[in-house]
Amino acid sequence: MFKRLKNFTHEKIETNAGVLLVLTMLAISIGGMVEIVPLFLLDDTMEKVDGVRPYTPLEQRGRDIYIREGCYTCHSQMIRPFRDEQLRYGHYSLAAESKYDHPFQWGSKRTGPDLARVGGKYSNEWHTQHLLQPRSVVEESVMPNYPWLMTALDASDVADRMRALRTTGVPYSTTQAEFDRNVQQFGAEHAQMQHIPDAQVNLVKQAQAGNYDGDNRSVSEMDALVAYLQVLGTMVDFSKIKPETLVKFR
Amino acid sequence: MAENTVQTTGHVWDEDLAELNNPLPNWWIYGLYVTVIFAIVYWIYYPSWPIGKDHLRGIGTVTYLNAEGQAETNGWNTRAKLLKEMQDANAAQKPYFDKIAAMSVAQVTQDPELNSFVLSAGKAMFAENCAACHQAGGQGKVGFYPNLADDDWKYGGSIDEIQATLTGGRRGYMPAFGEALEKPQIAAISQYVLSLSGHAVDKTLAAEGDKLFHSDTGACFYCHGDNAKGRKEFGAPNLTDKIWQWANVPAAADMKAKTAEVQKVITAGLNKGVMPAWEQRLNPGQIKLLSIYVHELGGGK
Repeated sequence: MFKRLKNFTHEKIETNAGVLLVLTMLAISIGGMVEIVPLFLLDDTMEKVDGVRPYTPLEQRGRDIYIREGCYTCHSQMIRPFRDEQLRYGHYSLAAESKYDHPFQWGSKRTGPDLARVGGKYSNEWHTQHLLQPRSVVEESVMPNYPWLMTALDASDVADRMRALRTTGVPYSTTQAEFDRNVQQFGAEHAQMQHIPDAQVNLVKQAQAGNYDGDNRSVSEMDALVAYLQVLGTMVDFSKIKPETLVKFR
Repeated sequence: MAENTVQTTGHVWDEDLAELNNPLPNWWIYGLYVTVIFAIVYWIYYPSWPIGKDHLRGIGTVTYLNAEGQAETNGWNTRAKLLKEMQDANAAQKPYFDKIAAMSVAQVTQDPELNSFVLSAGKAMFAENCAACHQAGGQGKVGFYPNLADDDWKYGGSIDEIQATLTGGRRGYMPAFGEALEKPQIAAISQYVLSLSGHAVDKTLAAEGDKLFHSDTGACFYCHGDNAKGRKEFGAPNLTDKIWQWANVPAAADMKAKTAEVQKVITAGLNKGVMPAWEQRLNPGQIKLLSIYVHELGGGK
């Protein structure tokens, strides 16, 4: 045994490409495991808060457009627990708030402001106008114009998109039993929005009722994107949570 | 072997290819040991290694006030530290906010210390929350967002009314008269409305419009008032001044274009002019401060 180990020298590893490869990968994966595995085990990663729900079909399509247009390259969705950020953007982001986001949009680069709690801060009119021509409302803005967002939204594949998200663990329902479970967890109104068979009908219904882009004749990509922006950061009611509760989840 | 000759690792490839083994300088090695010691101290003081379902909490602590106002100590983490920092800052600002909450606008503006507090805090809050719509100086945008720096107010310009607007938000609405009224009737009303602000109009048409304005057919007076000076409980603007929010009359080239602007609004109505509610985002003290700031932009009543 010892004799064998004695032969296992620095020189042996360096001169055997295969052994070097395997040992290098082993060393690197230890680093990865130490950082990643605890997140699956730790009890205090995900805060236990009420209100977080999967996106409605319209919001989800808006989220897809947000990703398609690359909004995340300039806007983060992660308010860090610092005083300046809390004063400007609102309550710091919780892990629980992005638990149905696949992929999450935390980001690491802010050319524009953080959007984690932009929901409700501006009117739908403002968002529509600002997305079409940012400089018409914010003179110093460097954000590009997005004039094509007023085109009709392709809602035909929204059910497929929700089915794809289901495989990642988002609790969109397909059966009556799953629907009932969602009624229990999220309430009847939201559970309906999360029912995949009705997705397209619900999408149109929400867009018509909300009239996000100010044009009720058709459902545009703008409707979807503004609906998404208006829900960001609004699901958790922080007035009902004692601040020291969240302190414990760290 | 001479002392200044660098040693090799002893590995030799391709007959004469050797690997040098330069020793690291001492300052570097000791620097490494210092960082190792620093890391160990860091692990002990701050939250560090995960263990099973929990992690090492560290011996550092933060003491803050809980929701009941009692001091509570928790292991150091960024959230606890933030809570403490926010509470310290709020406590430092509390005397100012308490005074402002109890004072009238005139009292605040006459107190130089409070006035400068309102101006500096209000400026930052206005820039972050209000300027996106009402623009940096509160001048607004014709066709979109009202001017806050003039003395024309849709929902009232007293400090209480501004506070109510900020707290609960507003939603502008005017019904579309395109179906209820005939085109000539709308034309007549538009002439009357333009005559109110001193435009040269067709007198006969305007007289007809006057009648419609004050009749149950046109019913304009319900919201805009008998004297057309507006009713702030509906957010219905004063039509007798030269300030225009939705119909861009001042920018229109001639009377024909001005009339068209007014007719457009009467025909299609308005279902916009949404002011978000700020009670979720700002606390009552901040809303009062911001209301004073807006009141003092120029037109407060």
